[in-house]
Amino acid sequence: MKTMSMMEAIREAMNKRMREDKNVILFGEDVGAFGGCFGVSAGMFDEFGEERVMDTPISEGVIIGTAVGAAATGLRPIAELMFIDFATVGADQLVNQAAKMRYMFGGKINLPMVVRLPLGAGISAAAQHSQSLEAWLAHIPGLKVVYPSTPSDAYGLLLQSIDDDNPVIFLEHKVLYGAKGEVDENMAPIKFGIGDVKREGSDVTIVATGKMVHEALAAAEKLSAEGIEAEVFDPRTLFPLDKKGILKSLEKTNKIVIVTEENKRGSFAGEISAIIAEEGFDYLDAPVLRVCAMDTPVPFSPVLEKYYVPDADDIVKAVKKLF
Amino acid sequence: MDLTNEKIVEMYKVMKRIREFETNASRLFAEGIIPGFVHLYLGEEAVATGVCSSLNEDDYITSTHRGHGHIIAKGGETKYMMAELFGKETGYCKGKGGSMHIADATKGILGANGIVGAGQNISVGAGLSAKYRKSGQVCACFFGDGSTNQGTFHESINLASIWKLPVVFVCENNLYGISMSQARHQAIQDVADRAVAYNIPGVVVDGNDIFAVYEAATEAVARARSGQGPTLIECKTYRHKGHFEGDPTTYRPSDEVQEWMAKDPLPKAVAYLLDNEIVTEEELKKIDEEILREIAAAVKFAEDSPVPSLESIVQDIYTDIVEEVR
Repeated sequence: MKTMSMMEAIREAMNKRMREDKNVILFGEDVGAFGGCFGVSAGMFDEFGEERVMDTPISEGVIIGTAVGAAATGLRPIAELMFIDFATVGADQLVNQAAKMRYMFGGKINLPMVVRLPLGAGISAAAQHSQSLEAWLAHIPGLKVVYPSTPSDAYGLLLQSIDDDNPVIFLEHKVLYGAKGEVDENMAPIKFGIGDVKREGSDVTIVATGKMVHEALAAAEKLSAEGIEAEVFDPRTLFPLDKKGILKSLEKTNKIVIVTEENKRGSFAGEISAIIAEEGFDYLDAPVLRVCAMDTPVPFSPVLEKYYVPDADDIVKAVKKLF
Repeated sequence: MDLTNEKIVEMYKVMKRIREFETNASRLFAEGIIPGFVHLYLGEEAVATGVCSSLNEDDYITSTHRGHGHIIAKGGETKYMMAELFGKETGYCKGKGGSMHIADATKGILGANGIVGAGQNISVGAGLSAKYRKSGQVCACFFGDGSTNQGTFHESINLASIWKLPVVFVCENNLYGISMSQARHQAIQDVADRAVAYNIPGVVVDGNDIFAVYEAATEAVARARSGQGPTLIECKTYRHKGHFEGDPTTYRPSDEVQEWMAKDPLPKAVAYLLDNEIVTEEELKKIDEEILREIAAAVKFAEDSPVPSLESIVQDIYTDIVEEVR
């Protein structure tokens, strides 16, 4: 076991696979000698050289398109975009090309590619550098969407993402890059579609993703002091989604709150709510509640931004409505 | 040009195969047998044929919504293509793609594409892969003049140029982006002029002259294979039909259409074969009949093939996840 930050865990997972498999390459804006916008690929250029860790021009469409073409012809590319917000610029290649090619070609092509997308608010980067757009991506058949909340999960899920023969969207919350945790470098890749109970509890289930897992855990501690034991469930992958894990926890607690950092309207939290309504209605003793960001663009001012993003107190407030 | 008579005859056969395939597709679409949209390659046969004749079997191509010609020229089998146009289970894509999405990775065909300009991005990835693997492969990227106003055009050629990727960018300038004439959709006459912006060669050729296309492509392919990077070849050509089947083409002046119909690459190729005594009339007749038989058999194959099972709707999305059937 080794203590690592989330950023180090992501880097080490890439390093591990790049050492093992020459077909794994990394490219994106400033990922080379500069080490990446957030420093995720620091040192990789020195180890693997310019043939395998490549700076691209600021051209998000062709960054993703290059991953598509390279994956279709024998490589296992990892493409980094600086911010998930920029995926809108390259959206055709993600949505119409990467996600659709295998299906439209009758299953006769594999696209083993990973697109790494930093997301989330919390660094006063305003509305074009802070969004949580995971629902858009999880909406598209043909993509897999991975969203780790801890260094260990990030490590194991990224290994699996690189090993996967399909396009994988790997979401990295910027505020969690510095979060530390224990990582077993010899761990097996974490299979997709298997959520993790981050805290056991019997009174209410809190489903949370990314940074919100940590807010949910903080909320659970506050609730515990008041005699409510919350179970915190992190699905870890949005597609495939561990429906069974969510429903199993709900069956035990009979109450559920879903917490994500997205704008509430059209959020993936809404998708989970709908699944519960369709498949878990009999388990419910209270309405399903969502705690999400407000339905506004992400504001710049630290005061406004803090108000925009849900926190532990918002979660506590929501949970208490169920009792 | 170092073309053997045998190769010239092969090139003619490809052009003729495209012509017959498209003529039949046009008829079958009009009869309501082929569903969806069909964008025909009639009139542009010399471009795909000239370019693909300069490629090796393991080289790549990326194609467009008007892709039948590229796919045939790169070795795609007409019976699986026709079955795909019919939406049948035996089609190249098992009936999941249709006219605009035919692909055959085993022949380096990385897909026709329904998004104008998207193949340009993908060709860069194929080029990077070939260069990285030191495989010696080249990717020929086909696109129309309309796509040269997409951001993909700029992004792709710029990246291919700075990385010196083995990609040959082939612009089929058929003078129209859907209904908008080139004179209205861009302020230049020669798309090849834009090569200057990427510090790569830009070449204009008569796209209805198969030898001119072949010669330009051969030079560009050699340049790409030897690590010198991409070339932009602009082939001036014309589509005999509208943008799509059913397009009334009221936007094209009739004298322009007549002028270009007179430049049809097929009769030109026939005349070349006969005038240079590469084949006799008798031999040509035999070749043509053989191709007619092949396409008739392809249509029959498509007609006789089963439609896809409803269960197949959930297959082939992922390599490992199959959704539940409704």
